Amino acid sequence: MKQTGPLLITAAGGFVLIVAYFIPFAQNWGELAAIWFDILAAVAFILGGGNLLKTHLKRISDRARGWGYSGVVVVSFLATLFVGLVKVGVNPSAQFPDFAWSGQYRQMGSAFWYLFQYAFTPLTATMFSLLAFYIASAAFRAFRAKNVEAVLLLGTAFIILLGRTFAGVALTSWIDPDVWAGFAYFTGLRLENLTVYIMSVFNTAGNRAIMIGIALGIVATSLKVLLGIDRSYLGKD
Amino acid sequence: MRRENVFWMALLVIGAAALLWRSAFTTEGMGREYVRAVPVANGRWTQSDPATYGEYQGAEAALPAQTEYQFSLPRTIGLWLAAFFTLAIFSFLFGDNPFYKVAEAVLVGVSAAYWMVIGFWDVIVPNLVGKIWPALVRAWAMPGLSGPEAEPSPSYIVVLVLSVMLLWRLAPKGGWIARWPLAFIIGTTAGLRLIAFLHGDFLVQIRNTILPLAVIDGGVFDPWLSLQNLLIVVGVLCCLVYFFFSFEHQGAVGATAKAGIWVLMITFGAAFGYTVMGRIALLAIRLEFLLDDWLWLIDPTGRRVAALLAGGGLG
Repeated sequence: MKQTGPLLITAAGGFVLIVAYFIPFAQNWGELAAIWFDILAAVAFILGGGNLLKTHLKRISDRARGWGYSGVVVVSFLATLFVGLVKVGVNPSAQFPDFAWSGQYRQMGSAFWYLFQYAFTPLTATMFSLLAFYIASAAFRAFRAKNVEAVLLLGTAFIILLGRTFAGVALTSWIDPDVWAGFAYFTGLRLENLTVYIMSVFNTAGNRAIMIGIALGIVATSLKVLLGIDRSYLGKD
Repeated sequence: MRRENVFWMALLVIGAAALLWRSAFTTEGMGREYVRAVPVANGRWTQSDPATYGEYQGAEAALPAQTEYQFSLPRTIGLWLAAFFTLAIFSFLFGDNPFYKVAEAVLVGVSAAYWMVIGFWDVIVPNLVGKIWPALVRAWAMPGLSGPEAEPSPSYIVVLVLSVMLLWRLAPKGGWIARWPLAFIIGTTAGLRLIAFLHGDFLVQIRNTILPLAVIDGGVFDPWLSLQNLLIVVGVLCCLVYFFFSFEHQGAVGATAKAGIWVLMITFGAAFGYTVMGRIALLAIRLEFLLDDWLWLIDPTGRRVAALLAGGGLG
């Protein structure tokens, strides 16, 4: 029961969506299954939040190392959750002014919008921007032009980086037919044009092969899961 | 106290003092947010739209008693908080420190709750509660719910049961109960992905790769476009040969696979270049936030030009 039930549900859920794609009569089943999937995915967020709360409350209770930061996590989590669920500072929608809860929870000026605007956005954007330093640092340490492959990788990255900047374009702007008519045959060597060629030819070819490979891999993995060959998601007991 | 800590502490104090001085005792000022009161629903309440310092100064100059444009203390505090979070995250470049850890903890807490709230209002309320008990949702949060969407669907009780089973994972015992909804999630994900990748990636990419190797445009052979198409077709085939591990990569197969590696290296180089560009763009946006929105040291969009004119800053 602990294993067979989930296996049957997995197979039924997956094959309904596959069959629904090919049979117009069954397309509603597919749409229904997709909505159910969305609902369970949203509930999974609640599960994730609950688990986060449980973990950090335990750290606080155990006075584990750095428990103060767990306190910050719990306070910021509960505050955001409260103002979002209760719609603090949200005016009713202009269409239904007599319904107090009819306003959008992300309405400008609301407490949830405030946290999104002044905490979530700056924190996530800065966290990702920090990667600029680490990518550059890692590249400096790891990239060495030791063989043809490394030279190709480095050279392409260099051309792409330069070709998309003002300085890069200015560097090869002298390859201009107005300067010398013979340059008309060499305008393809200008950095901005080289960037376009690399992206439209080699990058397209490589990405297509990678996408074909990924698609085949996903199809194989999905079939293994649906047919019950891969049961790792069920755990051991 | 270690000398390094003393140095950083002194730097922080000097920085904070400079900010306070600039904020309070200079004509330029910094880090203030202004709003414009906009009446909504026939004036039953007002909505505070963002306004610039220039607009505020312009309105004050025109009518000193005006109330449309106002200084906003909550949003100003928010701006300073955002600046603090930005600097706290950047401080990690010098090493792990309490400011970074606090900012990281806030990020974890806020983002977990943010996605929960979105899931609740965008999915659970309309798609689950609204299907099981539409009258409640109509009277409560979605008065516009009508038509077939407002009809009760008893089949959604199954999803409700699966949802409760999924949340059972938080209980100390009976964690296996959560496997059933988890199995549904995994099964539907597998089904959706299988179809989507077969149709959207596998077939489409193959179809797009079947290109004319000799392009004739208006009766004239186009050598450049033909070469481009040839390179794309050969490039894709070489990469696929490299991905094919049923043969040993020796001889002709090895040479083709080698060419495939070269194409892949160019692809990875381009991806790397674009990733670096994207991150640097994000970094520039954050620096612009600090220098423009917070410190008011630059004004690329002229948001405070009216303020300078009114205050005589340009004179």
